[in-house]
Amino acid sequence: MKLHVKYDTLVLYRAVIKEKLDVLGFPFSMEGQGQLHFNQYLSAAQLKEINEVLQPYGIQVLDDPQLMFSQKVREFIVELVHHPELMENNKFSDVLSRKLNHSYSYISKIFSDVNFMSIEQFIILQKIERVKHLLSNGALTLTEIAWQLNYSSVQHLSNQFRKTTGITPSSFQKIVKERRKQVESETI
Amino acid sequence: MDTINILLADDDEDDRLLFEEALQKVRHSVKCKMVHNGGQLMEYLQGLSNGQLPHLLFLDLNMPIKSGLECLAEIRADPCLRELTVAIYSTSSSAADIESTFIKGANVYINKPADFNQLVKILSDVITLNWQYQRSELNKENFVLSIE
Repeated sequence: MKLHVKYDTLVLYRAVIKEKLDVLGFPFSMEGQGQLHFNQYLSAAQLKEINEVLQPYGIQVLDDPQLMFSQKVREFIVELVHHPELMENNKFSDVLSRKLNHSYSYISKIFSDVNFMSIEQFIILQKIERVKHLLSNGALTLTEIAWQLNYSSVQHLSNQFRKTTGITPSSFQKIVKERRKQVESETI
Repeated sequence: MDTINILLADDDEDDRLLFEEALQKVRHSVKCKMVHNGGQLMEYLQGLSNGQLPHLLFLDLNMPIKSGLECLAEIRADPCLRELTVAIYSTSSSAADIESTFIKGANVYINKPADFNQLVKILSDVITLNWQYQRSELNKENFVLSIE
């Protein structure tokens, strides 16, 4: 027998954080994805303690301000890629700089120092990941996806996909489909 | 950034040497372990305890004792090893071969480059991309990259 389950990583994340940090007894609140606000200043030892209880769940405390800033930039880019309407037809650089209250050159410098890739490369990577997700669902055509993600044309999307992944969108779709078939035949 | 643990399975001594030299030139902090054939590879992987899996496995296809493809199939069938990122590291193949390697569960396909600097760039790109996937916003099932 096989069951399909659906899960929400945000709910999982919140449940783990709450369960683990309540035990330690530091009052805190959760703000947005990946931000914890504590009512007290935490010592390095306390930070270490928090890190240790969260690490088994793949949650890591970022204590470096540059890392924290870069994390904020990452999350915001992911949000924009998932909700292109938030861009209101503006460029990424303008939206990021307005929202984060820093010049784009400052943001992109910190970002590439921490992430080993430029902010532009990261945006393309995230967009292509979104395309892959939509392609693997099979609900939208490539043309519809291009339109939804604000690509100027389906050719532009197709070229960027090939350049980023080394394979064509149709080949990707085939790979995903065949992989699923394999998994299904294994579990029957 | 934490140290990235890399495992290379390749029976060619010169290729292993070049790989190790190229790894020293990438910007990431890496640790590399090498095995010489498919049998050794599976023995090593199965001997690891939980949480000790390397971040990335570079796998040559043509190896004695057990081929790269056999190893890939075993890795994908083993619940303890399934999550491992596998980068096929091999000499040229046809587009159809590459596609079928992806279907069998490879994440990355690298055509061994002739040029050393190119190898450094490829390794650096693959490590960076894998690191982005590790950082959780990305769905690992969709990690497919072909470098020729």
